[in-house]
Amino acid sequence: MKRYLFHRLLALLPVLLVVSLVVFCLIHLAPGDPALVILGNDANPENVAALRQQMGLDKPLFIQFLSWFGGILTGDLGHSLFLDTSVMGLFLQHITPTLALALYAQTLALVLGITGGVLSAWQHGGTTDRVIRMLATLGMSVPGFLLGLFLIFFFAVQLRWFPVIGYRSTNQSFWLNVWYLTLPAFALGLRIAALIARMTRAVMLDVMQEHFISTARAKGVPERRVLLQHTLRNALIPILTICGESFAALVTGTIVIESVFGIPGVGSLIVNAIERRDVTVIQGIVLLITVCYVLINLAVDLLSYFADPRLSIDEGEHS
Amino acid sequence: MMAGKTRGLFWPVVLAVIVLFSFFISAISPYDPYTIDPLSRLKPPSLTHWFGTDNFGRDLFVRVALAVRVSLSVGAAVAVVSGVAGMIIGLLCAWYRPVDRVLMRVCDGLFAFPSLLLAIAIIGVLGPNIANVVLALSLVYIPSIARVIRGAALVIKEKNFIEALHAQGASSSRIIWLHLLPNVISPFIVQVSWVFSVAILTEAALSFLGSGVPAPMPSLGNLLLEGKAVIFTAWWMTFFPGITIVLLILGLNIIGDNLRDRADPGLKPLPRHVLRLLKKGARNV
Repeated sequence: MKRYLFHRLLALLPVLLVVSLVVFCLIHLAPGDPALVILGNDANPENVAALRQQMGLDKPLFIQFLSWFGGILTGDLGHSLFLDTSVMGLFLQHITPTLALALYAQTLALVLGITGGVLSAWQHGGTTDRVIRMLATLGMSVPGFLLGLFLIFFFAVQLRWFPVIGYRSTNQSFWLNVWYLTLPAFALGLRIAALIARMTRAVMLDVMQEHFISTARAKGVPERRVLLQHTLRNALIPILTICGESFAALVTGTIVIESVFGIPGVGSLIVNAIERRDVTVIQGIVLLITVCYVLINLAVDLLSYFADPRLSIDEGEHS
Repeated sequence: MMAGKTRGLFWPVVLAVIVLFSFFISAISPYDPYTIDPLSRLKPPSLTHWFGTDNFGRDLFVRVALAVRVSLSVGAAVAVVSGVAGMIIGLLCAWYRPVDRVLMRVCDGLFAFPSLLLAIAIIGVLGPNIANVVLALSLVYIPSIARVIRGAALVIKEKNFIEALHAQGASSSRIIWLHLLPNVISPFIVQVSWVFSVAILTEAALSFLGSGVPAPMPSLGNLLLEGKAVIFTAWWMTFFPGITIVLLILGLNIIGDNLRDRADPGLKPLPRHVLRLLKKGARNV
């Protein structure tokens, strides 16, 4: 087990190196002098020279990368070119709404997705199954931002049940926070619920074909117990893996949803940074989000590894 | 859902209708997608303007049709660019070990990025225009194609006929391009069709964030961005582009699913006696 953990952590290093290299190269991707690209072609030469010095662009590329990489390791991602804050500070300022939204959406997705999937597998072939599968296919084909717009139109503009846009922090009131985040969370979570429902159904059906299920049925175990205790329990690990993967998908989803609903999270931060062409912020935030994304994926892998004894037995045989 | 024969035809027909409208719109509509007409701004749908007009008085039906063309073109361009590059990289990685070590590490790194985020960042630095959108999205989707091709090619590489070719003295490049390539076409098509539909979705999201196809050229994403600004007064500006995206993506997904099923008949239906038991159980509970 320790061996596995060690291998996974070791495999992380090249990935993170390439990720940081790609992010570093972003600024050099644009043709011409990066300083000119940032300041615009009609900037005066003094400012350009100052910026070049500030960003260390006058040094060789390799040295630039080393100093940038060194900065990352110490948690220093540089300063915003426009705001008087460090990139790390900006990230920390904006992370709370994003996390709140992601957690809310993930909870919704889990509840709706697993319930839907289990129902669908149970009624497998029947009308409920068809309806759920159709909804799931539909749900996966509606982009989150579009669903967000439709939700705004029906529930905020027409019915006036929910606020149109905006965000209230939990400092003011927890329920106000939940109320403002409800439409965004649905917009973000339904697509993932659809994904989870589809996967849950497939995994449940897979497990139902196993011999121990037939054995349980033959022994006269009530169908509800076969479904919930024997099947769902064994299907739970693949389902959890999918949920973990979907949590990573939420990370990107929030970027768009935040901009639909005007939530001041990390997504809005990066969209605004792009409008201002604030390259250090773009670089830093992309790097931070990607590292979180990689770490979440790793955590999910490790969790499912430790949760499923069969995987560790396989490992034991190999080593 | 639908009777056996028509079932496979419904979505192709829907897609064909949308595509035909998008390509022949200028022949059948009197309106120009770019001409501004201040007098008829934000008119609701009517017989003269089927989808209504936008806040510049432009006919929305024509704009949506053109947007479909733009989105499909971007999707197709991305599918071609990332398909060709992914195919080459995948085959080379499968055949040459040293290439594999380097390129697969790079692909792993690119794969680690959330795709929308990487695309946003590239366009954020390069500036929004249609060529950069294609470039960014292609870069984002190359690793997913390269991985699939590499995996499929590694399996083929172990087959006896490849060894036989070796024995006959066939050159590496001959084996790669004439023998490996034709054998990985089926997973390739499945993967490229997936990239095509995902690229359309991602392009829509990018344009909706304002870092995709720049105005005044319509794309399904930036039409929705314009619609969002007037969502209180002009529902049609959100509704029609939205429905169009959903139909387009739903159609592509369902056709793609069928394609995948044909290429890999994954989950087999349960045996009949199990089904009967299940039904019985369902009634009992």
